[in-house]
Amino acid sequence: MSKFKKKKSGDLPAISTASLPDIVFMLLFFFMVATVMRQNTLMIENRLPTADQIEKLDKKDLVMYIYAGKPSSRYQASAGSTARIQLNDKFADVSDIKAFILAERASKREELVPFLTTALKVDGATNMGLVGDIKKELRDVQALKINYTTRTGSAMDNLQ
Amino acid sequence: MARRAAPEVNAGSMADIAFLLLIFFLVTTTIETDSGISRKLPPPQDEEVPPPILKEKNIFVVELNKNNDLLVEETPMELKDLREAAIKFLDNGGGAGEDACNYCQGSKDPSSSDNPTKAVISLRNNRETNYETYIAVQNELVAAYTTLRNREAQRLFGKTFVQMEKELKDVNYTGNKESLKEDIKKIQFLFPEKLSEAEPKK
Repeated sequence: MSKFKKKKSGDLPAISTASLPDIVFMLLFFFMVATVMRQNTLMIENRLPTADQIEKLDKKDLVMYIYAGKPSSRYQASAGSTARIQLNDKFADVSDIKAFILAERASKREELVPFLTTALKVDGATNMGLVGDIKKELRDVQALKINYTTRTGSAMDNLQ
Repeated sequence: MARRAAPEVNAGSMADIAFLLLIFFLVTTTIETDSGISRKLPPPQDEEVPPPILKEKNIFVVELNKNNDLLVEETPMELKDLREAAIKFLDNGGGAGEDACNYCQGSKDPSSSDNPTKAVISLRNNRETNYETYIAVQNELVAAYTTLRNREAQRLFGKTFVQMEKELKDVNYTGNKESLKEDIKKIQFLFPEKLSEAEPKK
C-alpha cells in the first residue's frame, strides 16, 4: 500500500525554469541581430509625415541624414522654439550643410560618391522655407539625390 | 586519492544576466524608417541661360499658399482630387501632327497638354507652407505618374511598372535584366517625370 501512497504527495511540483535562459537568449539574439544602433541622438521633434508612394533606401552606408524640426523640450531653452537643422548630434545652420556634405563625401570611397543619397528627415510641422533653404544648399553642392523620409500610410492623414 | 565529483555550477543567475542584456538591446533598438519619396533636384542653374519656352497649356500649375490651401490652375481644389486632375492633364494628349500622342487615353482637349513628354507640372509653395502638406501633394503627383506608368507597362509588357522596378532590384530575378532595364527606360520615356519646383515665394 505504501508504494502507492508515496506518489500522491499533495502539493504541485514546481515548474522547471531550466529552459528560461534558453528562451531569453533566443529573444536576446533576435534583438541583437535586428538592432541598428542609432547614429544620431535626436535633439529635435521628428514626427515624419506619411506617404504611400515610397521607395526603400537599401544601402544604409550611402545615406546622409539631415534632420530638421523644432528643438525638443529639453533644448528649447538654449536653442529656441523655431525649427532648426540637426547634423550629426549638433544643431546647425543652413550654411553648415555644404561642409557637412563635403565631409561625408570625403569619408566615402571615391567610386561610391555618385551613389550618395541625402535623406531629409523633417518634422511634419516645419515650414517649407527651411526645407527650401536646405534644398538650395544641396543643389549648390551637387547633392541632387534626395529622399524625403516618410512613414508608410495614406497621404491624406497629413492634413488632419 | 578519493575521486571527488566536480561541483555543479549554479546556473540560476544565467537568466538574470541574459535578461539584463535583453533589456539593454530592447532599449537601444530603433526600428528605423528608411523609406520615403525619392526625388532628384535640378542642378544649379546658370543665370545667363534663359529658361526654355513652354506653352501655357503644357504647364499644370499647382500652388500651395501659406494657409496650406491647394490651388490648381488658380482654382481651389481638395487634395483628394489632385491625383485625378494630374492624371487627366498628363494623359490628355491634345496635340496634333508631331505632338500627337498615340498611347494617351485622355479627352484630347486642345486647351490642355499636347503630349505627356511635353507636359510639365509646376509646383510652387510658400515659405510658410507646412512640410506635411507639401509631402502630401508630392505624394499625389508622384502617384499620378506611377498610375500612368503602370497602365502603359501593363499594356506593353503585361506587368505593372512597380513590379518591373521591383524585379530589377531582385537578385533572384531569372529573366534578362538588361532587357528589363530597357523596358523600364521605355516607359519612363513615355511618361517622363517632369515636376518642376519654383523658388518659394516670400
